[in-house]
Amino acid sequence: MSKALLNINNLKVSFFTPAGEVKAINDISIRMEEGDVLGIVGESGSGKSVTAYSIMGLIPYPGKIVNGTIEFNGHNIHEMAEKELQNIRGNEVSIIFQDPMTSLNPVYTVGNQIQEALFLHTNMDKQRAYQRSLELLNLVGINEPEKRLKQYPHELSGGMRQRVMIAIALACEPKLLIADEPTTALDVTIQAQIIELMMELKKKINMSIIVITHDLGIVASMCDKIAVMYAGKIVESGTIDDIFYSPQHEYTKGLLKSIPKLNKKEHEKLVPIKGVPVDMLNPPAGCPFAPRCDSCMKICLKRMPEYTNISDDHKCACWLLQKKEYEAATGGER
Amino acid sequence: MGGYIIKRVASAIITIFAVATITFFLMFLVPGGPFLAEKAPTPQTIEALEKKYGLDQPVVVQYANYMKRLIFKLDLGTSLKKRGQEINDIIRVRFPVSARLGAISVCTAICLGIPLGSIAALNREKWLDRTIMAISTVGNAIPSFVVATVLMYVCGVVLRILPTFGLTSPAHYILPVISLSFYPTAYISRLTRTSMLDVLGQDYMRTAKAKGLSQFKSLFKHALRNAVLPVVTYLGPLLAFIMTGNFVVERIFTIPGLGSEFISSITDRDYPLIMGTTIFLATLLIILNVFVDIAYKIIDPRIKLK
Amino acid sequence: MDDKRNPLSFQLDVSDFLPAEESEKQSLVVMRESVNFWKDGFRRLKKNKVAMISLVVIILIMIFAFVLPSFYPYSYEQQIRGSENLGLLQYSEDELARRAAGEKVFPHFLGTDSLGRDTTIRIMMGSRISLLVGLIASAIILIIGSTYGAISGYFGGKIDMIMMRIVDIIYTIPDILIIILLSVTLKYPLKDLAANVKGFAWIDIVGVGLISIFIVFSLLYWVGMSRIVRGQILSLKEQDYVIAAKALGASSGRIIRKHLLTNTIGTLIVTTTLQIPSAIFTESFLSFIGLGVSAPMPSLGSMASQALNGIRSYPHRLMAPAIMISIIILSFNLLGDGLRDAFDPKLKD
Repeated sequence: MSKALLNINNLKVSFFTPAGEVKAINDISIRMEEGDVLGIVGESGSGKSVTAYSIMGLIPYPGKIVNGTIEFNGHNIHEMAEKELQNIRGNEVSIIFQDPMTSLNPVYTVGNQIQEALFLHTNMDKQRAYQRSLELLNLVGINEPEKRLKQYPHELSGGMRQRVMIAIALACEPKLLIADEPTTALDVTIQAQIIELMMELKKKINMSIIVITHDLGIVASMCDKIAVMYAGKIVESGTIDDIFYSPQHEYTKGLLKSIPKLNKKEHEKLVPIKGVPVDMLNPPAGCPFAPRCDSCMKICLKRMPEYTNISDDHKCACWLLQKKEYEAATGGER
Repeated sequence: MGGYIIKRVASAIITIFAVATITFFLMFLVPGGPFLAEKAPTPQTIEALEKKYGLDQPVVVQYANYMKRLIFKLDLGTSLKKRGQEINDIIRVRFPVSARLGAISVCTAICLGIPLGSIAALNREKWLDRTIMAISTVGNAIPSFVVATVLMYVCGVVLRILPTFGLTSPAHYILPVISLSFYPTAYISRLTRTSMLDVLGQDYMRTAKAKGLSQFKSLFKHALRNAVLPVVTYLGPLLAFIMTGNFVVERIFTIPGLGSEFISSITDRDYPLIMGTTIFLATLLIILNVFVDIAYKIIDPRIKLK
Repeated sequence: MDDKRNPLSFQLDVSDFLPAEESEKQSLVVMRESVNFWKDGFRRLKKNKVAMISLVVIILIMIFAFVLPSFYPYSYEQQIRGSENLGLLQYSEDELARRAAGEKVFPHFLGTDSLGRDTTIRIMMGSRISLLVGLIASAIILIIGSTYGAISGYFGGKIDMIMMRIVDIIYTIPDILIIILLSVTLKYPLKDLAANVKGFAWIDIVGVGLISIFIVFSLLYWVGMSRIVRGQILSLKEQDYVIAAKALGASSGRIIRKHLLTNTIGTLIVTTTLQIPSAIFTESFLSFIGLGVSAPMPSLGSMASQALNGIRSYPHRLMAPAIMISIIILSFNLLGDGLRDAFDPKLKD
């Protein structure tokens, strides 16, 4: 196994709100090698964005890491001081956000905002930084870069702004790019362009990417590995084939059933996942998906299942798998 | 941009015109017309005055004359009670005093209000925030004449540490400036706190942090400029507030400014002076507001420049 | 894997793997109770201690201003000979003599003024004026502003444009100057009206000053309200239920009343409440500079202004109205903030 670029172990992140502790991330572990493209999939509130922010040491107030470690590129993120984190952010790890409309500061020009990152992490002079920002805009496929540098964000379209965000993120050639729902706020055609751009750039610069999304289509077109999150836990993780062709967790299966497919037979219906996610203020003792699960068993409501290793890469936390193991182990008695 | 300025100036001119017209016709509600009110002048005086001001002519002609004098000569007329004094001269002497006091108070309110509001926002829900907001809530409820009179009593009468009469030394400025800037400071700090909290929650602040900017830098470069935008929009009302505040504060601290003159012209029923001062101050405010609006467009590039 | 983390080492039962009952599953789903807008708002308001205290204070001040004067042994215009310029809780010689004779004399809690009028009752009446001005002016502003804004927003297009131009111009007129001007000039025609036209005698009772204040407010102060209402209507009008109502053939008036105004009611309540202190503010300012209510009717502003001359000897005459006016404005401000948080979180500054 090659050297891990990112290693998250038993991470727990909680938000201490006036109403109580919200366990946004509840004991997750992720491992990524250099060059990997990892997709984190889940519905809103499942903790996927918080996972991304914790890698950058950017957990918003009043959130805190309660337990666990984050190792990235030789740094122990979880114990680093703010000053040290600032040297890493935008330099070794970058992030692009969901909404390019609001992620750029409206009162500064595009050029100003790109060069800001350069001045922070390199010792380029003004001239060099200007050249580099031109290069970057070319790289992300923006035409008339000289003109764009002088424009304000509101003068650009959504897709263009997301390209600018990517240019900012790539300014210092990071090892890891985190894309937090990079296309959710964009038109479908623009979505495809942005995904294509990211894959191209990955090849050019050889960086790793974490894509956070609720859109399985994006995952399928970009990622090597997938982690499926539900209510702050990774319920299943594996390669793209594992997840798409032999999903084990009932939630994963549900997700796959709920997306339209062209090659499906006509009479097959889309099956939505019934119910609503659990209240994160009072998470249940058992599997968080249990209340919505069609195959829910008594044990599911009482205790969280451990991971079952289906193959080297493929892991899943579900009592149904545990049941099989249990039956296999105690098979004689039955 | 040029188009916007022209449009804005044009509408300002219309407003000034409207104010002058309203003022003129309102004065006709006073028995005997604006120049004769409430006195029992001798027939000779009436005749002389009527001739002088053309009061014997029909209203429309009077109005035209009045506007002509106003527009072409910038002549606001003569005071009724202060015999022979041109209102223009009164304003020339009195206004600079008020303007200086007002300008210092505006600066004080901005220079205190913005930092206080930002500090409160950054220490949200902590004791510092609560303290600043408590003071500002109380400050928002106290009229400036109350602040001024209480300050005058406490600092001038009981403690005897500061002068409360006139405006002859820097120390004389302290109490009037506090009285005038107390409410706006409270208001601006509240406004800044709210908008700062809003800005701090914006996505671009997250972007700034994700770039690796320090807390300090991201605050100064990215947050502050966005957070003060609402304060700029408050500048218009602020100027109006300071102006009316001047009326009472100048009266309380016996400052020889235009405000105290205006108040005494009201008590004296010196209608031409009331009229002249109103038109002058209204014009001033309207013009200042045009500048504020234009400044806002420059600071916030999102506003479409036509 | 150590033993503790191995699930198989737990005491597992075959029965654990039986399918769970639907009811068991449901017990885990915490459904939030659905409450309606008003209930939810009032619940939030009740939780807001500051707002509730302000409400209690306002009620107390109302009792103080509207009920107590009827039972008070002195009246606001009564000049007690020999009792001029009394200090806090002082009695005049005459009153002391009467007390010595065993007569009960009601104390002057806040002393008397230079004309021998009891300050306490004058503060009560002054607060009454302030509250009346605040409430009536806000009601006027509410009616004019919301009607104007609703019409403008509902019809849109050219009508909206013209109506909003007018609002823009009124908005840029320096209102306080026009208010002063109106208060100065309106006195005469109003006095004329009261004296000469039958049916207008009430003007004298209410006071020319007060009437001019109301006229001024209703002429100029409604523009802010009308802008807010128009904005609300513009966004609401695009809602599907309004389009549905239109499709069903509901008349414009009905749509404005039934659908649009009911949906803006939260905003209206909050804006109106916050308008009260600003009207009180303006009234006290006008009285302080000698406009506003006419003597002998007291107003907190004019009382403070009169106290200015004797500030060295009688500071309490200044402090009493000053504190009163500040408490009134503060409580209305805080109540308004509380209402806003409870009913209209969107409006936050």
